Amino acid sequence: MHIVYPAVVSALLFSIGVYGVLARRNTILVLMSVELMLNAVNLNLVAFDVWLRDRLHGGQVLTLFVIVIAAAEVGLGLAIILTLYRNRRTVDLDRLRALAEPGASAPGDASGPDDDSGDGPAPDASSAGAPRPEPLASHTSPVTVPGADAGAPGRDGTTPGTVTP
Amino acid sequence: MTEAVPSYLSPTGQEIVFLLLGVLAVGSALLVVTTRQLVHAALWLVVCFGALAGCYLVLTAEFVAWVQVLIYVGAVVVLLLFGIMLTRAPIGRAADLDSGNRIAAAVVALATAAVLVTVVVDGFHTAYTPLEPGRGSAGELGSSIFRTWVLPFEALSVLLLAALIGAIVISRTDIRGRE
Repeated sequence: MHIVYPAVVSALLFSIGVYGVLARRNTILVLMSVELMLNAVNLNLVAFDVWLRDRLHGGQVLTLFVIVIAAAEVGLGLAIILTLYRNRRTVDLDRLRALAEPGASAPGDASGPDDDSGDGPAPDASSAGAPRPEPLASHTSPVTVPGADAGAPGRDGTTPGTVTP
Repeated sequence: MTEAVPSYLSPTGQEIVFLLLGVLAVGSALLVVTTRQLVHAALWLVVCFGALAGCYLVLTAEFVAWVQVLIYVGAVVVLLLFGIMLTRAPIGRAADLDSGNRIAAAVVALATAAVLVTVVVDGFHTAYTPLEPGRGSAGELGSSIFRTWVLPFEALSVLLLAALIGAIVISRTDIRGRE
């Protein structure tokens, strides 16, 4: 077996994982992409363990350890996502901007209200007693900070509506 | 290890099987990151992990292959499906699964792939090893874990316990922090 084959396959898997982490908006899809990257590393470890004929089987043992750590990571990550969903009613990464810079223009801000009204009725219809509007109103207030900030003159010079004397 | 490298133009049966499984893994991984349906992404992830388990089998790492099937296909994907259901994700076609920086992400991923593939091909195109069966069996791997690697193994089990207790504490609603 040429070692290039597993190495190239794992390099491609890792790049696909990088694309998924950067391009996806849903948090669970980002977790799946992280799993893809971990699996690419596992394939590399197994291939090089076979190539180097390690007597202690360091590569395969480390692969098992990585699998265990991935299981722990998925458990914790999903617990965090569930808490996030319970508090914010969304798992959309573009809308979780409470820690963003106040002046930074969000690419998802323009389409944020559209998506909100777009998928609004579906969870309302499926969830009978979920108080959807109240958490949205109270928790997405950090999201509206850039919009409110744009009105303040001098804070954001690139805002087209602000006229500087 | 590196002596008498056979030609790339006459692949053995093992290499053909490995390449087919690798193409399957890479293709299903591409579908995971590009599909428009959230549940389909999880199911394509099953295909990808299964193909990778087949790759481990071809590479004579049998125990790792079965652990991969048990933990990834059996536990991790089920956990992800639970997460999809509990966050009431839209079942069916959803238009907003990709963010606006998809082109930048594609550029970064292509650059990563180019760099990694170039370096790997350049560095390991003479590396060759014949595959012997039985080198990754449960007995050999188990004696290695419990003799040489027993201390990291125990530390890792404590880590797993701590992570799962943390997950329970985070996801329960009736446990409040101090205020």
